[in-house]
Amino acid sequence: MRLKPRAFEYIKATSLQDVFSVLDRHGDEAKILAGGQSLVPALNMRLAAPEIVVDVNAVEALRGIAVVGDSLRIGAMSRYVEIAASELVARHAPLIASAIPFIAHAAIRNRGTFGGSLCNADPASELPACALALRAVFNLAGSAGERAVAAEDFFLGTYTTALEPTEVLTSVDIPLAMDGTVSYFDEVARRRGDYAMAGLAACAERRGGTLADVRLVFFAVSDMPHLAAGAMAAADGQAVAGLDIEAVCAALGADFTPQEDLTTSAATKLQLMKVLTRRALTAFAGGEA
Amino acid sequence: MAAPTMVTLTVNGEPVSRAVEPRLTLADFLRDALGLKGTHVGCEHGVCGACTLRLDGVMVRGCLTLAVQCEGAAVETIEGVSESGALKDLQEEFVARNALQCGYCTPGMLMSAAELLDRRPVPSRAEIREHLSGNYCRCTGYQSIVDAVETTARKRAGAGR
Repeated sequence: MRLKPRAFEYIKATSLQDVFSVLDRHGDEAKILAGGQSLVPALNMRLAAPEIVVDVNAVEALRGIAVVGDSLRIGAMSRYVEIAASELVARHAPLIASAIPFIAHAAIRNRGTFGGSLCNADPASELPACALALRAVFNLAGSAGERAVAAEDFFLGTYTTALEPTEVLTSVDIPLAMDGTVSYFDEVARRRGDYAMAGLAACAERRGGTLADVRLVFFAVSDMPHLAAGAMAAADGQAVAGLDIEAVCAALGADFTPQEDLTTSAATKLQLMKVLTRRALTAFAGGEA
Repeated sequence: MAAPTMVTLTVNGEPVSRAVEPRLTLADFLRDALGLKGTHVGCEHGVCGACTLRLDGVMVRGCLTLAVQCEGAAVETIEGVSESGALKDLQEEFVARNALQCGYCTPGMLMSAAELLDRRPVPSRAEIREHLSGNYCRCTGYQSIVDAVETTARKRAGAGR
């Protein structure tokens, strides 16, 4: 088998202005190349066939991980391997640090980027769920100016986001974890690095023996990360001692039916969601998370 | 559109300049333009790991990198590390353990295992399996490959390397 991309023009951007001018001129016909770990397979298989590929690897404004005010700002071009090694991420966004090892394989993590994963919005990918669980704010920029979009408004469906064809994601702001913040990440896949059959990004505040602000976001169960509102309400305000985990699990299926995929039925996905919920709440109720 | 673009890089320490089509992957560039056929091409979408090589010292997929992106970069392939002898002990252990049969996955396995041994001098078997999970072998099986990597790590540690 020989997989070869359709011919395209390659433009190497060295500034955001370079990116804006390409996007203003070409809009939908241009694709942004970040880590390339999803775009290049799509090019090779001709699932994507853009006229223009604009490479943002040399755009310094998209790099860096820093605390800005009361948020952790992660530059869109931050590679998974950089996030995994970042003490700032481990301290201020432990959910993201714990999700990184689940993403594909080591060679992919050396190249793949935080912003690339979020903008690709694959329903089975880990970071969109983390961003939604953590109430991340997406900083978008274009020649017309900048805007900030909440995670709830960013993901619109399979491979679909609020990003306009003339905009680029520059960074993401994540509220800093607090003293009582607990977080949990897990997924069920057939083999290490495979797409998840179901996954969970969860966080909560543990205050005086009570769980508050519980966030349960499932991925690979729907066309985009699923915020399990009913289950979250069932968990919220519960005392850690004697936590009624089964009540939370029962609420999962009350307001949501998972979408089956090629390998996993809706019933199996719901079952896996319950398994993951039990693991997360058991961790939250215990000493560590 | 899509006119060939000049790209200048080093491959296994040697400077190289070529005009490339933007759509040419680094793996195809190495194989077809430079005749370095040790970088194998399997699935061509980043799943199998046969094209694993080093770009600026970091293990990457040759099929998911465009040659045109490699301006100024340093690329190392299985040919380079074989000639330098950097992986001689690992390669000998692969032979001793029968950690290859058809050999198609072997260059990628070696490049991948080399990065693990650089990062974690004495990895556990679970760590070896996790690290090699992105490299598929369809004939020998993984047991002997993990054995070879584990034995190499122990021998290096014993030799104080």
